[in-house]
Amino acid sequence: MNDVIGGSPRRADGAAKISGVFEYSSDLVCDGMVWAATLRSPHAHARILAIDTEPARKLAGVRDVITHEDIPGRKLYGQMMVDQPVLAGDVVRYHGEPVAVVAAEDPETARLAAELIRVDYEVLTPVTDPVAATAPDSPAVHPGGNVLARKVIRRGSAQNGEFPQAAVVVRGEYTVGMQDHVFLGTESGLAVPDGDGGVRLHVATQWPHVDQEQVAASLGLDSDQVVVSMAGVGGAFGGREDLSVHIPACLIALRLGRPVKMVYSRTESFFGHVHRHPAVLRYEHGADPDGRLVYVKAEIFLDGGAYASSSPAIAGNAATHAVGPYAVPHVHAEAVAVYTNNPPCGAMRGFGTVQPCFGFESQMDRLAEAVGIDPVEIRLRNALSEGGSLPTGQVLDSAAPVAELLTRLRALPVPERTSDDPAIVRGVGYASCLKNAMFSEGFDDHSTANVRLRVVGGAPVATVTSAAAEVGQGVLGVKRQIVRTELGVAEVEVVGADTRFPSAGPASASRQTYMVGGAVRAACLEVREEVFALARARLGGSLAEHRDLAEHWDLAEDSVVDAAGEPLIGLAELLGETVIDRTSRFHHRTTEPLDPVNGQGDSAVTFGFAAHRAVVDVDLELGLVQVVELAIAQDVGRAVNPLALRGQLAGGTVQGVGLALMEELQVADGQVLNPSLSGYLIPTMADVPSVNVDLLELADPHAPYGIRGIGELPAISSTAAVAAAVRAATGRAVSRVPIRPEDLVDFS
Amino acid sequence: MRISVTVDGKTHSAEDVWAGESLLRLLRDRWGLTGVKNACEQGECGSCTVRLDGVLVNACLVPAMQADDREVGTVAGLGAAGDGPGLHPVQRAFLEAGAVQCGFCSPGMVMAAEDLLRRIPDPTEAEVRAELAGNLCRCTGYQAIVDAVRSAAGGDRDRAKGDRAKGDCAKGDRAGEGRLS
Repeated sequence: MNDVIGGSPRRADGAAKISGVFEYSSDLVCDGMVWAATLRSPHAHARILAIDTEPARKLAGVRDVITHEDIPGRKLYGQMMVDQPVLAGDVVRYHGEPVAVVAAEDPETARLAAELIRVDYEVLTPVTDPVAATAPDSPAVHPGGNVLARKVIRRGSAQNGEFPQAAVVVRGEYTVGMQDHVFLGTESGLAVPDGDGGVRLHVATQWPHVDQEQVAASLGLDSDQVVVSMAGVGGAFGGREDLSVHIPACLIALRLGRPVKMVYSRTESFFGHVHRHPAVLRYEHGADPDGRLVYVKAEIFLDGGAYASSSPAIAGNAATHAVGPYAVPHVHAEAVAVYTNNPPCGAMRGFGTVQPCFGFESQMDRLAEAVGIDPVEIRLRNALSEGGSLPTGQVLDSAAPVAELLTRLRALPVPERTSDDPAIVRGVGYASCLKNAMFSEGFDDHSTANVRLRVVGGAPVATVTSAAAEVGQGVLGVKRQIVRTELGVAEVEVVGADTRFPSAGPASASRQTYMVGGAVRAACLEVREEVFALARARLGGSLAEHRDLAEHWDLAEDSVVDAAGEPLIGLAELLGETVIDRTSRFHHRTTEPLDPVNGQGDSAVTFGFAAHRAVVDVDLELGLVQVVELAIAQDVGRAVNPLALRGQLAGGTVQGVGLALMEELQVADGQVLNPSLSGYLIPTMADVPSVNVDLLELADPHAPYGIRGIGELPAISSTAAVAAAVRAATGRAVSRVPIRPEDLVDFS
Repeated sequence: MRISVTVDGKTHSAEDVWAGESLLRLLRDRWGLTGVKNACEQGECGSCTVRLDGVLVNACLVPAMQADDREVGTVAGLGAAGDGPGLHPVQRAFLEAGAVQCGFCSPGMVMAAEDLLRRIPDPTEAEVRAELAGNLCRCTGYQAIVDAVRSAAGGDRDRAKGDRAKGDCAKGDRAGEGRLS
């Protein structure tokens, strides 16, 4: 069967998506609905002196206008730190911060009315430099100061503030620009009052249950009065972890007693969600004469922007991943997330590990040059392997094939040059990375699923229910594959659930296949036991030879089968009217918080590993880079759906290429300069070559089916590999991404 | 003004169409034809790609009035909705190749691919990449999409004979425009 684990069945939602009938959140309509639009601050930092909503209210077709005064419950929200106003009250802290929301009979009227609202601002000087913002005398964005999170790792002699002598020392400062998710489906949702004081929100989200808690708190309702349902999601990549349309849409729906639809325009989408943290990274690597690392000092500044979002956890990841997949005896790594008046930054694919990867991999290239060896060789000499330990002291207790991944990439042929133009130079670059999967630092993460087995129309049917967010990654199909694998049933229904069903946790942290898969599997195992118990009772005497072999029984082709695969009894006959129904909650193994002083602790559930090779041609006259070839090698533990997996790896790789060469949300004095797809460029089909994907399957013995989280890794080392290739081609330092023509050519 | 448009063979009409209203808004919000997607409304992403009298256009850039009394083809008219043999060969190829992830780009991408195969029945990889560069995808990295278009090419080749594009591709000006850093 192609539709068990390891097969590549077609997407369950693929036919609907490809024929245009799949409903994304922006496609939803409801009789009697109004449209809502948001007024956003044109200033990065200003005091609000007055808001006059009357001009908007007077416009024909306008039905409601809300400001901060109308929020009935908690006026702030946030998943980790509750510090972000639903609507700005006394102060705006970033360009694009929501100030008021208008509802009208049609979207044009709503947008026009929002622009008619008069807001008197006293413009204040914005804090925009994240490094300067950490100075004690910097103006404070929030009363508690600008350091919103600081994570420190001290290992070896760094615990005493000392470092051993090193024969070779390289230093560098690196900069990463602000990347955006650019999921294609913009933020949108439909809120429908339930007629009983509550509301149901259909929204594109990564975690409906955490949305529910935050919405209910701001509406002043009990959680069970707010039902959040997954609507079709057009991509996520971390950008849908924070709230967007949720609270205003629900509030207006309750005020008017009418359904409310909100759809962000593309420009508004750039303002309406968090971005990847821009970063400044200062590194010092010390090595012995052969290039073996002795110590690493890393100082990482992450610009968190105006509000916290998930910055504390991102700073934790940046610190724990600061030296990459390399063995380093003495480490001092410090990651600081900083408040500024720039746009808020939060979760994006890679979650705090993309920025350090560009830093430590650039350092490895410098070290290779200083020692006089090959860039791959320097990495092989320092590569972590199973049994090795991280700067946190955590020992890698499953495969860590860093050297193998790099070796496989190095063995690939390099394409021949097609141009004899001396102004076009070719370079090959390598980078590798590791990434924690699941939530870290002691968070008790769990996922719940229900599996029912019954006979319908003479045939066994399994139904799996969970609130897992399908954001395009394919978790719907994974659930089906697991049920088919465990129960051997041809007919499997996959049912999505809203917040009235227990949480599956979010589609983030490379955790969904692992965690939801773990929950579905656990429920299936309980169902299996019940089926075997029924079979033992039924078959008992007549098949005595099988009685003691029950542990060797299996389920396949709608039957209970023996160890040889021979059918013992059909499930339809066995079950009859019986319905087996099991709900399971799956937890991953526990993790520890990091010691606040030295950052030591087994903070991560598990790690994945990947490496990239990029081949580029650089035009030395124009400073333009063409990516000629991309290859990724990744240990995926177990490929549940190899076709879907390859799609994830190719897609993540191209996102990383975007950060290397073109993607940057440009912000000057707190003003966003390019909030549109004509100003913010993502790779087109013509910008990237094919992606050569090489899967390694070294099962993680601690994981369901040996799975390793895979979604983020391809987006981490691809950026660094492209930068390394450009470095190899040009001999330039390439210490900033995205790489600009002026970084490669002296135009003066 | 009042306008009337034939969409996938069925006539729709609308009253009080205003000067700035786009064909995209007309299709989606007035007539509920949400197989046409809205991702940027600036002509940059190709999610709203449709055929207007046989010519590929971004519906967000076409004033609704320009579509009056003309024919629009959307993904919904390409193959029968749902699974199975009703799907167009290009749609089937996308499914088989794993070219659909979140799927938001898929309706526009399929329209552009179908149009490409009418004009170039057996494109090279470079031709596919150059011709479809006006359709953005954020999930797949494009590899599976390119594979899908090329695998569909065989099936489309015969059909394309005698059914060449009725006009030049309106998005053809992006061909070969591959952006560098």
